[in-house]
Amino acid sequence: MRIGILALQGAVAPHQAKLAALGVEAPAVREAAGLEGLDGLILPGGESTTFLKLIGHFGLAQPLKAFAETRPLWGVCAGTILLARRVENPSQRSLGILPFTVRRNGYGRQNESFIAGFELRLPGRPAVSQEGVFIRAPHVTARDDGVQVLGEHEGWPVALQYGRHLATTFHPELSEAGHLHRYFIALCEDASQRRASG
Amino acid sequence: MDNGTSWNSEPMRLKVGLAEMLKGGVIMDVVTADHARIAEDAGAVAVMALERVPADIRKEGGVARMSDPALIEEIMATVSIPVMAKCRIGHFAEAQILQEMGVDYIDESEVLTPADEAHHVAKLGFKTPFVCGATNLGEALRRIGEGATMIRTKGEAGTGDIIEAVRHLRAINRDMALIGQLSEMELMAEAKRLQAPYELVKNVHEHGKLPVPKFTAGGVATPADASLLMQLGAEAVFVGSGIFKASEPAKVADAIVKAVAHFDKPSELLAVSKGLGAPMASIAVGDLEEQQKLAGRGW
Repeated sequence: MRIGILALQGAVAPHQAKLAALGVEAPAVREAAGLEGLDGLILPGGESTTFLKLIGHFGLAQPLKAFAETRPLWGVCAGTILLARRVENPSQRSLGILPFTVRRNGYGRQNESFIAGFELRLPGRPAVSQEGVFIRAPHVTARDDGVQVLGEHEGWPVALQYGRHLATTFHPELSEAGHLHRYFIALCEDASQRRASG
Repeated sequence: MDNGTSWNSEPMRLKVGLAEMLKGGVIMDVVTADHARIAEDAGAVAVMALERVPADIRKEGGVARMSDPALIEEIMATVSIPVMAKCRIGHFAEAQILQEMGVDYIDESEVLTPADEAHHVAKLGFKTPFVCGATNLGEALRRIGEGATMIRTKGEAGTGDIIEAVRHLRAINRDMALIGQLSEMELMAEAKRLQAPYELVKNVHEHGKLPVPKFTAGGVATPADASLLMQLGAEAVFVGSGIFKASEPAKVADAIVKAVAHFDKPSELLAVSKGLGAPMASIAVGDLEEQQKLAGRGW
């Protein structure tokens, strides 16, 4: 099992540490060639405007969309903004892979960043209590019916699934618990088996 | 006890967390909303809002203070990325104003004229995170002890000469490597030598790195400068006068962002280093008198 971390900028190392602890190889991906042989990809936290700029420069938009056709992506905070179909505050381009709308800096600036617990309901697993580290996090303000909400905080969806893809507006890589990393590995294993049998 | 002083307290995790998100990025000094927009378009992860870039502060002299809040607010309203702003060393009232305004990071900076000859701001009590400059490991750990959650090398701001940033980065790396090799019974003597809090020396001994992100600043003028510092272990780069004092700021900004993203790939560095126009007017640090150096400010 190999799960890449998009490493144009941002919180790459904490995801690598989480995955390494779970026995998964987690190479840093900075160009399209790095996507080869991966079972899934995490788009980590960072600045979405910087990611967009570098995705354009390194010609990564099409390779990422093609990758998403058969393999799971997991967007975390800025990664979720990149994956969204529509972005507000301000309006900006995105990869448009997940059918929901996000509002950047939904809670405000850094002084409004916070840590809070909520119930995480992963399909096929007992509900667990998850700590959410929200740093200048976005709000998911609208979504299509096919988007499953796996967790909410104060009425805002904060963990979502769409088919094989995952999105969280908070940072599970900065918490002790490994529920979401384990779940994403399972999604990658599932997709890998489908490809093998398909 | 969640009083904001232990590493696993909520305030500390949020402060270090934001710094974590800025890793691998470029933070650019801007003096107008137009500059801020150029920086954001070039892919900056954050901007530092100030009235004069270090090169101008150096040239014009006088007392350099916190910028007009109206200017900082205008920049905050213009860009969607984090906005940082500077207060003078020890000037906790300026820091209170910056926190009230809601800037995302406060830089207690040697680039401004110090307000206190012995003390830095007690940063743990603030909700807004702080970045501080350091020239060596002892200084870095003293600032972290006061509550800084991001350290940057000081370098020699406003010169366009990279030698001091290299010196500071190497000094910090060397002392961290040394601490790693010491036995536990040697750590107190090392804390005494470094004039650093014992607990933090022990933390470095255990983890082999600073407990907060280690960024770099001071004298970056080219994509190659940025790459050099990243290859020496910096986790992100602040660029002050190097962008908006260059003849073609947008081009230089764009090139430095790409150089930091691919800091260890010479083919990419070569491609982005071409045709950037004239770099900022520079001053060799060796030609400065001692009292003209900013890096000595800080205690």
